[in-house]
Amino acid sequence: MQIYLPIAEVSVNAFLLLGLGGMVGILSGMFGVGGGFLMTPLLFFIGIPPAVAVATEANIIVASSFSGVLAHLKRKTVDLKMGLVLLSGGLFGAAFGVQIFKILKEMGQVELLVMLSYVVFLGAVGGLMFVESMRALRRSKQPNAKRPLRKHHNWIHGLPFKMRFRTSGLYISAIPPLIVGAAVGVLAAIMGVGGGFIMVPAMIYLLGMPTKVVIGTSLFQIIFVTAFTTLMHATTNYTVDMALAVLLLTGGVIGAQIGTRIGLKLKAEQLRIYLSILVLAVCGKLALDLLLTPSELFTIGAGE
Amino acid sequence: MLRFLIPLLFLASFATAQESVVAGMSQNRISISANFDGSEILIFGAIKRETPIPDYAPLEIIIAVSGPDEPTTVRRKERIFGIWVNKDTVEFEASPSFYAVASTNPLNEILSVADDARFSIRIGSRIPLTVEEDNQLNLPEFRDSIIRIRENQGLYSERESIVTLNDETLFDTTIQLPSNLVEGDYKTRIFLTRNRQVIDDFETTIMVRKVGLERWIFNLAHERPLIYGLLSLTIAIMAGWLASAVFRLLKIS
Repeated sequence: MQIYLPIAEVSVNAFLLLGLGGMVGILSGMFGVGGGFLMTPLLFFIGIPPAVAVATEANIIVASSFSGVLAHLKRKTVDLKMGLVLLSGGLFGAAFGVQIFKILKEMGQVELLVMLSYVVFLGAVGGLMFVESMRALRRSKQPNAKRPLRKHHNWIHGLPFKMRFRTSGLYISAIPPLIVGAAVGVLAAIMGVGGGFIMVPAMIYLLGMPTKVVIGTSLFQIIFVTAFTTLMHATTNYTVDMALAVLLLTGGVIGAQIGTRIGLKLKAEQLRIYLSILVLAVCGKLALDLLLTPSELFTIGAGE
Repeated sequence: MLRFLIPLLFLASFATAQESVVAGMSQNRISISANFDGSEILIFGAIKRETPIPDYAPLEIIIAVSGPDEPTTVRRKERIFGIWVNKDTVEFEASPSFYAVASTNPLNEILSVADDARFSIRIGSRIPLTVEEDNQLNLPEFRDSIIRIRENQGLYSERESIVTLNDETLFDTTIQLPSNLVEGDYKTRIFLTRNRQVIDDFETTIMVRKVGLERWIFNLAHERPLIYGLLSLTIAIMAGWLASAVFRLLKIS
């Protein structure tokens, strides 16, 4: 069944969109990532104009994250306090990132920068997670092996403005989460995604939060950052396509519910390995696009 | 002076307009509704003449349907430090979003280069080489890339010998409109040529408009962007909540 999208001005198959939404939704629910880094390139591929794809994607992430966070709230795996601290940094960072995006757009190199940030961040995050989780998995298989001591006191603990995050079982300064939130906000705005794939590892490795809490908390703050981005896109570029969003998010919210349940059945280390493989695969695909000679050297962009 | 000129003008118009084209279309309004999946338009017509059919050269017909013009930026990639990067950019002032040419015979046999340029009929001459700023690049190369890319997307086409002409009087053809059609006024031009010269032309417009829900969404997005944005978010949150609630119910039962 073909459907004509009013803002994107293209006709696409409705079931294809439902399927795409569902697939990405499952991954989103499993890993606590918004799925933007997967969905946005997929939408480009099926012929949705990039500006519409990026803006509509933000709207879809709101839906799948909200659906996911409800499931997590019920299980009390959301650290609301930490989420709010991250969020206040995140909104600030997103507003700043939008400005950077505008400057780069005027310079005509925004596409390259977006691609490069994807490759660098997906590569770094995916690689780091993969190595770390493999090590953790090996450890769990050899119970006799000496468990390396985790550094409980590093420089982060010397910072002022300490706060107690009960759900995460942490007592740390509010400064690192604020900085993490802001940094992810900047990247999210530039790369046009929720930023979960950076936020999740940052929470695990930089803030030392337990994996079970990380996913719900990440989803919680993503809702607000992407809602903010959606409004910005809707009011400045008129590129949010409601029909496209409804189809994708119908699939997406159902997928997210299924994904959350799958995620709860998997071990944390396994979850991290799968996520890192997924992230590395997308990174590899994007790197190839940059390195291989394209079949068409010219691209048509919308006139300014 | 004027007394001499006016009859002269009349004479001149008589000499060129011995044959003129009258045309119609199966529809001059295309409605884009939610299930729009491309359309086909039948263009037909007849040649009106007061004198016998001239026999110095066969009559030929060229039909060109053109979507709205829009500024177009073309970028060329180049390899820098091993990665492919957009380098040279050309901003054409206008190129049509859609362009289809149909004719009775191969265009280079029925249309002179001079008349092609004068009436901007073929795809190449339809896109003027006027740019925002001249940066000494090979403009035809960039223009050809627009044509190549849009031909692959089914937006541009030159289909020769698909116009049927009977007794040099009645003609018809069908033009395919793709599903990724952009809203606007589609200018339809019909040219009569003899001996590769254009002897008459006719112009009409196909209006392509979004209707119903498509229209409503589009207008809301452009006229009330904040409300539209908030509505999109509300739908997203509702959908998220609904899915969660439904799954909870399924779990209990």
